[in-house]
Amino acid sequence: MNQESALTYSKVNHDIIRMLDKPTVKWWSLFIFDLAVLAFGLFCFLYQVYTGLGVAGYRHPVFWAVYITNFVFWVGIAHSGTLISAILYLFRARFRMSIYRISEAMTVFAVLTAGLFPIIHLGRPWSFYWLLPYPNQRELWVNFRSPLLWDVFAVGTYLTVSSIFFFVGMIPDIAAIRDRVKEIPRKIIYTILSLGWKGSTWEWGHYTRAYFYFAAFATPLVISVHSVVSWDFAMSNVPGWHSTIFPPYFVAGAIFSGLAMVITLVVPIRKIFHLEEFITIANFEGMAKMIILTSLIVTYAYVVEFFMAWYSGNPYEWGQFMYRAKGDYALFYWIMIFCNSVVPLLLWFKKVRTNIKALFIISLFINIGMWFERFNIIVISLSHDFEPGGWGLYRVSWVELGVTAGSFAWFFMFFLLFIKILPALSISEIKEILPAPTREAKAR
Amino acid sequence: MIKEQGVFGIFSYIDSTVQAIKKLREADFKNLRVFSPFPSHEIEEALERRESIVRFFTLTGATLGALCGLTLTILTSLDWPIRTSAKPIVSLPPFMIFVFELTVLFGSLATLLGLLINSRLRRNAPRVMYDPRFSEDKFGIAVVCKIEDIRKVEEILKLSGADEVQFEGI
Repeated sequence: MNQESALTYSKVNHDIIRMLDKPTVKWWSLFIFDLAVLAFGLFCFLYQVYTGLGVAGYRHPVFWAVYITNFVFWVGIAHSGTLISAILYLFRARFRMSIYRISEAMTVFAVLTAGLFPIIHLGRPWSFYWLLPYPNQRELWVNFRSPLLWDVFAVGTYLTVSSIFFFVGMIPDIAAIRDRVKEIPRKIIYTILSLGWKGSTWEWGHYTRAYFYFAAFATPLVISVHSVVSWDFAMSNVPGWHSTIFPPYFVAGAIFSGLAMVITLVVPIRKIFHLEEFITIANFEGMAKMIILTSLIVTYAYVVEFFMAWYSGNPYEWGQFMYRAKGDYALFYWIMIFCNSVVPLLLWFKKVRTNIKALFIISLFINIGMWFERFNIIVISLSHDFEPGGWGLYRVSWVELGVTAGSFAWFFMFFLLFIKILPALSISEIKEILPAPTREAKAR
Repeated sequence: MIKEQGVFGIFSYIDSTVQAIKKLREADFKNLRVFSPFPSHEIEEALERRESIVRFFTLTGATLGALCGLTLTILTSLDWPIRTSAKPIVSLPPFMIFVFELTVLFGSLATLLGLLINSRLRRNAPRVMYDPRFSEDKFGIAVVCKIEDIRKVEEILKLSGADEVQFEGI
């Protein structure tokens, strides 16, 4: 955000709280359309529960497919939210201020979406709670040596901590809304949510300390979560999965895809709500530079995977990677390379990374590319492992596509509600970076 | 029920607020409540506040979380000892993941608890000694004092540049 701008504290309050005005017809039509897609996704899921997992397109040898791809995709999307809100907070990167709330919201909603997929993927989804360690009549405990259980704890902790971080960050801003709104139901709701916040130095002192600790916890947590997700694969000996580079490769990929999703979401919000003064080109440029960095890390991982397959002399590894590039799914592999490694190179040009339209289009390419990255890792590896007799092709079914579309609708439903109910930009943090009003400055 | 008598100054400028705090403290008025629309280091320094004790909550929660992670994984594994892949029953490397996750989880929950308890955050909206403009663009100082000191406090607040001075029971 540009500190030289004519923003005042009152204007910050006014412009951000104005976003919560009565929803327009456009918002309602978008919301109803979103609910319709969600209803279709729900129908597909119920159909699958009723009929059995066979309708999901699972065929020998591919029993992890689009659902697990979606799981990894959404967990990845969640990562940049914490990166922007926690890691960049610890580094005092100012360009995060006006976008961090949106990315934090994105984190919480993306984890809520991701968490659905391991359950959707279960043959008996109603037994999902067996993954939790609780005393039971079977006198069994969960297997703490299994990566799937690591996932339960990592994703569960991540959802809890990012939700707390998200809510606590909003308390002062909700108080600002409480002090402004007049209508009774809204006033009561915001009064309850603001927890009686007054903005006293006493409160700020504890708040800033607590916020610092949340950031300090969230930083290693975010790295641990996607490392754990990568171990779901790396701990097995399937060719294409059994690799030590997976954790950093997955974490970089997660941040890369999450940043792209932030741009995809922020660009329309900025335009619709006229937030150009708050979310400036410099904010986008900061994100674009981080996209270049993470794109290069991801590209490096793609190259190293090939190199290791060749250098190790392991015929199964080499066979797997040659199959990715030249086999039945080669189109998806090259889509991934084009979207994740080639298209982001355009961001090296300042003209491109400061052009909002270009950034938006590039972010869409990255979203697509990163979804295919997960698809390629999961499906191609399973399709083509050790024994040629066990090889097989996977075809996505309409049920899986319906559930996937439903998951996007689920995510956007929360997001549409969020921008109309809660402050999408941080009022107090934006004020923090504005020059404080002084009598001395006024006298000059 | 009015328990304490107080004077309440509303300021537009941060430097006037800081000046008023310093003067009030010099005049031995230590029971001050200062309000601002964002966290300000200048105000905090002028008040010479002690470091927040939220950190002890964080430390306690994190330690408890780590211990829980260790005991949960070790004791449940020993309760049903099945050896898998010739690995030890108590396999510490994978258990460390749970230790870490529970450290973060309990540490964060305890920090939240520490924040709620120490900031005395509750559900009700502030009724006294509060002005809705504090969440927008004004700074405020509430001085808790005896009835005979009210004039003196009012004078300090006005001389330091308060836009308004009000009297209220706290």
